[in-house]
Amino acid sequence: MNQPASAYFIEERHDPNETHTLAVLVQNEPGVLARVIGLFSGRGYNIESLTVSETEAQKHLSRITIVTTGTPMVIAQIKNQLDRMIPVYQVVDMTQTRRSIERELAMVKVRGQGEHRVETLRLADAFRARVIDATTESFVFEITGNTDKINQFIDLMRPLGLVEVSRTGVAAIGRGPEGM
Amino acid sequence: MSDKSHDPNQMTGAAMIVRALIDHGVTDIFGYPGGAVLPIYDEIFQQSEVQHILVRHEQGAGHAAEGYARSTGKPGVALVTSGPGATNMVTPLTDALMDSIPLVCISGQVPTHLIGNDAFQECDTVGITRPCTKHNWLVRDVNDLAKVLHEAFYVATSGRPGPVLVDVPKDVQFATGTYHPPRKSDVHRSYAPRVKGDAAQIRKAVALLAGAKRPVIYSGGGVINSGPEATKLLRELVEVTGFPITSTLMGLGAYPASGKNWLGMLGMHGTYEANMAMHDCDVMLCVGARFDDRITGRVDAFSPGSKKIHIDIDPSSINKNIRVDVPIIGDCGNILGDILQVFKAEAKKPEIKNWWQQIAQWRARNSLYYKKSNDVILPQHAIQSLFEATRGKDTYITTEVGQHQMWAAQFYGFEEPHRWMTSGGLGTMGYGLPAAVGVQVAHPDSLVIDIAGDASVQMTMQEMSTAVQYELPIKIFILNNQYMGMVRQWQQLLHGNRLSHSYSEALPDFVKLAEAYGAVGLQVHKPGDLDGAIQEMISVKRPVLFDCRVAALENCFPMIPSGKAHNEMLLPEQANDEATAKAFAGGKALV
Repeated sequence: MNQPASAYFIEERHDPNETHTLAVLVQNEPGVLARVIGLFSGRGYNIESLTVSETEAQKHLSRITIVTTGTPMVIAQIKNQLDRMIPVYQVVDMTQTRRSIERELAMVKVRGQGEHRVETLRLADAFRARVIDATTESFVFEITGNTDKINQFIDLMRPLGLVEVSRTGVAAIGRGPEGM
Repeated sequence: MSDKSHDPNQMTGAAMIVRALIDHGVTDIFGYPGGAVLPIYDEIFQQSEVQHILVRHEQGAGHAAEGYARSTGKPGVALVTSGPGATNMVTPLTDALMDSIPLVCISGQVPTHLIGNDAFQECDTVGITRPCTKHNWLVRDVNDLAKVLHEAFYVATSGRPGPVLVDVPKDVQFATGTYHPPRKSDVHRSYAPRVKGDAAQIRKAVALLAGAKRPVIYSGGGVINSGPEATKLLRELVEVTGFPITSTLMGLGAYPASGKNWLGMLGMHGTYEANMAMHDCDVMLCVGARFDDRITGRVDAFSPGSKKIHIDIDPSSINKNIRVDVPIIGDCGNILGDILQVFKAEAKKPEIKNWWQQIAQWRARNSLYYKKSNDVILPQHAIQSLFEATRGKDTYITTEVGQHQMWAAQFYGFEEPHRWMTSGGLGTMGYGLPAAVGVQVAHPDSLVIDIAGDASVQMTMQEMSTAVQYELPIKIFILNNQYMGMVRQWQQLLHGNRLSHSYSEALPDFVKLAEAYGAVGLQVHKPGDLDGAIQEMISVKRPVLFDCRVAALENCFPMIPSGKAHNEMLLPEQANDEATAKAFAGGKALV
């Protein structure tokens, strides 16, 4: 077996990557999102999706939902690194609890005429996508669902005249009566 | 309406800053004035409780504050202006973050209405310092200032200590608002560092320790940060268990170098016995250290047969580099106390005579051996002489970064914590001289020595002027080999001895330079003159630049070559050309 040239090359364990959705409750103060994003870029973690909005205005709380990938060791690091930031209240691994619902909203613009237009509408109906704008040669659909469903819908629209897509990123919440 | 003009808590933002410093027991700060902090300097001028030390460069203020903090256990405070003042603080802030040093930096900022306008001496200070502070704040309203300042001190000193920065626009310094003294509610509700260790984990740890056949204690800077109680408990634990103990660069002094269970420092330039004990142990107790790459060497061959217990106040240190079996999160003083209590009640000293015999064999290899010379001063010999000359004195040692730093760690024996100030994590050349300034401010009557290299010391040489101004009798002990010694060593070992830009063609005459600053210059070439010159340096009650001319091409051994494990150390007697070439083959990529 070849000896790696440097300790820096063997550090990587070849555990398979996992995708995790993290819900991060933060104090809504200037720069808090920059802190979170800076942590990911500074330490070389991945962001697949990021959703952020104030959720409790009186308490100045915002909720950040991050979808990230990494080995189990890296995911644990990400959670610990987030948790030790001063304005972070809580980090919950929605994937680990396995009792969470994930949703994303996308707006999908499709341009086409004739048979394509009919087919587009039929598929949209099957995916429960709503028409929120229409012209004689285009539709804008609104679709919600998990990431896979939206990816699938977008793939189907591509040959039918897909123009552009705007997605919100994933929001997640735990099942059952308990809060996070 | 009440008359606010008689309310003693009504004051300007600038006055609040000085008041907050006083309320937090700050007696000395390090800084450099400029346009955006003039109101604060005006307040400083009109009081005498806080002494301000004027440095020559903001980086010097930061390192001086670090030295002050490390030698006292109290937070260090730096005051700088906006723009370049703040950007010059980036190195010390990062240094303090890596080494967990409590530092409070107050920076001036352009007035609020000019922020974002590319105003004169404006920079995005909180943006720039976000990744190099534990936390930072931009204060836009004078009525938030008191709360933020108190929170800043709390965040810097609690949990895993670290640097914080408070950026205060000039109009906020001028504005009048309400001050309040520190109170508990001044802290983010989201910030609650864990102090007490989990009882079940502590029991698991004790069970492992009690059953150990080949144990080792590996302690780090966290023990020193935790305070004198942690040091006392660590020593007691070593006594009660009879275990061998090694330490990181940052942890030197927590266990005395003269103690019988001491193995010496571990890691890349650690002793053979320390690294072999780490590699072959069956139970490892890591206290307040973080399995840094300079410690572990090759990660997948790191201490393969051991159960590892890891005590750390920062959960993100757990399983970052090395998977451990029993993590215990909390303050190490607190947890050591609990471990001792359970151990004393339920366990007895394990029988580890065979292990000590094995360690004695490793010790006999004498891994710190070097060949003395009558013609030229060996750097190791210089440090040993310095150690002998200062033994038993009230001495503090700072260092720069490079070979001299490793030799200092290897050959200077530290008996107490807070006596050793070095840039471990960041490896900042130029740290030692300003750090010595800070240490001397905190301990005016002690002997403060910066063990320096000729290259590092020139990075912050200007602070000699500070030392002279404040009559701080720091001793700068320069091991002058005319090279960036560690760079040269790596070029020799890894890059075919092509010494690319590691030789200083034109060094200043350090004796004349000292005299130009109004300090004392000494120079020594011959081993026979060394002891006398060191005595002279110690007896002079003024700042000294000591130009110690040492063997130019000496290498720092022992060494764990790149990509190798602890049991593949290169010892000095093996370090002939062929063995070194083989040991370092293909290892260029290691930093």
